[in-house]
Amino acid sequence: MAKTNPKNLKYTKEHEWVKVEGEIVTMGITDYAQELLTSLVFVELPKVGKKTEQTKTLAVVESVKSVSDVYAPVSGEVIEVNTSLTKKPEIVNEDAFGAGWIAKIIISNSKELDKLMDADSYTKFCQKEEKH
Amino acid sequence: MDFVPATNKEEKEMFTTIGINRIDQLFAGIAKEHRLKRELNLPAGLSEIELKREIESMAGKNRIYQTSFRGAGAYRHFIPSVVKHLVMRSEFYTAYTPYQAERSQGMLQSIYEYQTMICRLTGMDLANASMYDGASALAEAALMATRITEKKQVLLSSAVHPEYQATVKTYCHANDVKVVDLPFKTGTTDLKELKTLLNDNVGGVIIQNPNFFGSFEEIKEIAQLVHQIGAILIINVVEPTSLALIKSPGEQGADIVVGDGQSFGLPLNFGGPYIGFMATKTEYIRRIPGRLVGMTKDTQGRRAFVLTLQSREQHIRREKATSNICTNSALCALTVLVYLSTLGPKLRKVAELSMAKTHYLAKKLAKLPGIRLINSQNFYNEFVIRVKNSQTVLKKLRNQGIEGGVDLGNYYSQLKNHLLFCVTELNTKEEMDKIIKILN
Repeated sequence: MAKTNPKNLKYTKEHEWVKVEGEIVTMGITDYAQELLTSLVFVELPKVGKKTEQTKTLAVVESVKSVSDVYAPVSGEVIEVNTSLTKKPEIVNEDAFGAGWIAKIIISNSKELDKLMDADSYTKFCQKEEKH
Repeated sequence: MDFVPATNKEEKEMFTTIGINRIDQLFAGIAKEHRLKRELNLPAGLSEIELKREIESMAGKNRIYQTSFRGAGAYRHFIPSVVKHLVMRSEFYTAYTPYQAERSQGMLQSIYEYQTMICRLTGMDLANASMYDGASALAEAALMATRITEKKQVLLSSAVHPEYQATVKTYCHANDVKVVDLPFKTGTTDLKELKTLLNDNVGGVIIQNPNFFGSFEEIKEIAQLVHQIGAILIINVVEPTSLALIKSPGEQGADIVVGDGQSFGLPLNFGGPYIGFMATKTEYIRRIPGRLVGMTKDTQGRRAFVLTLQSREQHIRREKATSNICTNSALCALTVLVYLSTLGPKLRKVAELSMAKTHYLAKKLAKLPGIRLINSQNFYNEFVIRVKNSQTVLKKLRNQGIEGGVDLGNYYSQLKNHLLFCVTELNTKEEMDKIIKILN
């Protein structure tokens, strides 16, 4: 079972989470996502300085069974990436909402945050996806 | 044995099943005016004897020369009998790409060993399971460099095989990658021009070694310049027997090494099928297109081979795939493997013989009146001479049963009356002396 989705985070339909701190957001993939992907073997991190666009590809996660894109939850610029994932991608499986964060982005348009879901809506969204 | 796919009886049964009487009822949906109202203009069927006669008479129109001095991307080397004997075993040549890869341990082992040999020859950490041919492998390498650096421009030496250049340009055009021509000067890539053209927008630099004119390039120096701006150096090896003789591209600073493996046991075959090889450093393992075979242990601790890192191929990643190659040239890779295993360290002998003979012919030709050798001394088994009239020279040689060099005027407007000669271990001293006699 996936862990409960923390209330202080926002979520995308592509299963990314976002933690907003002023103009900077920290993002990663949700616990629900890592559970579906199974054991990660590689995380392709974006370059620091990369300009992001909401819903466009930001990173790539590779598990033993598939390779999937991770999408930018907000537009802006990458200011920091979690380099510890390069050697230990399994951190995402162990702690998706914490130590398994992927990138920090400085937001260029804070209105975009309104398009994201809160924890309750995201939990319902996942339940709906599971029925399909 | 009858190859008619359906008998009259079977045809009738099929008609009954779908409720028609005649075959043309199937075409009722096509308007009458668009239907062909006559039989196709094809000759009647032939018996096997007649067919053989027909084909033999067509083949008889080919002009076969006693010997040839042509290379330019396709090389005539001696192929030990054991190569064909092993490769033509039906277990190998009837097998299609293994879909349940791990069920075919023998196939995977052969690819793994092929990869290992390519790594040793190129001085790289890893090689993929092979590609269609040298030209497409080079084009894939160009795209790979732009993916690694996230820069959409490559510099392409004009001393790369012109047909390879065309393939690179086609692939790059379709991927919005800008290709800038890097000129050559007296037979090698112009380093001064390279310094001028290198800038922050350049993601990759493509050099052939030995280059199209047979000359060795200054790879070490080029590598330093390319790495200074953080770009990727791609070395293209069209005549891989040269790898037995020179310092490996890896040792000289290459980041990606590609080429064609035809020289390793594949006959000329009128131009194909050949095999592309591709090798790179460990840090780019997830950027390389195609598939890799790895060695591991099964649950009982036994050695096992697995198809690994194919997760970025098209059938899994769809439009996000690293490239549209989803296969490898397995039978040709096996041929390369058997050839290299058969020769072992004697591959060096092949290279030495080829190079020594080439230099013999070049030296002798350069002494003839009206002929000038273009290369400096630093060339492998091909060289360029300038003559007064290239077609006259070729005709003289053909009349004596010798297919002479390639007319470079067909490829470069500035190289009219230049001929590219190639000599391998299959050319004899007698043949070369005959050329000298004819042209003197």
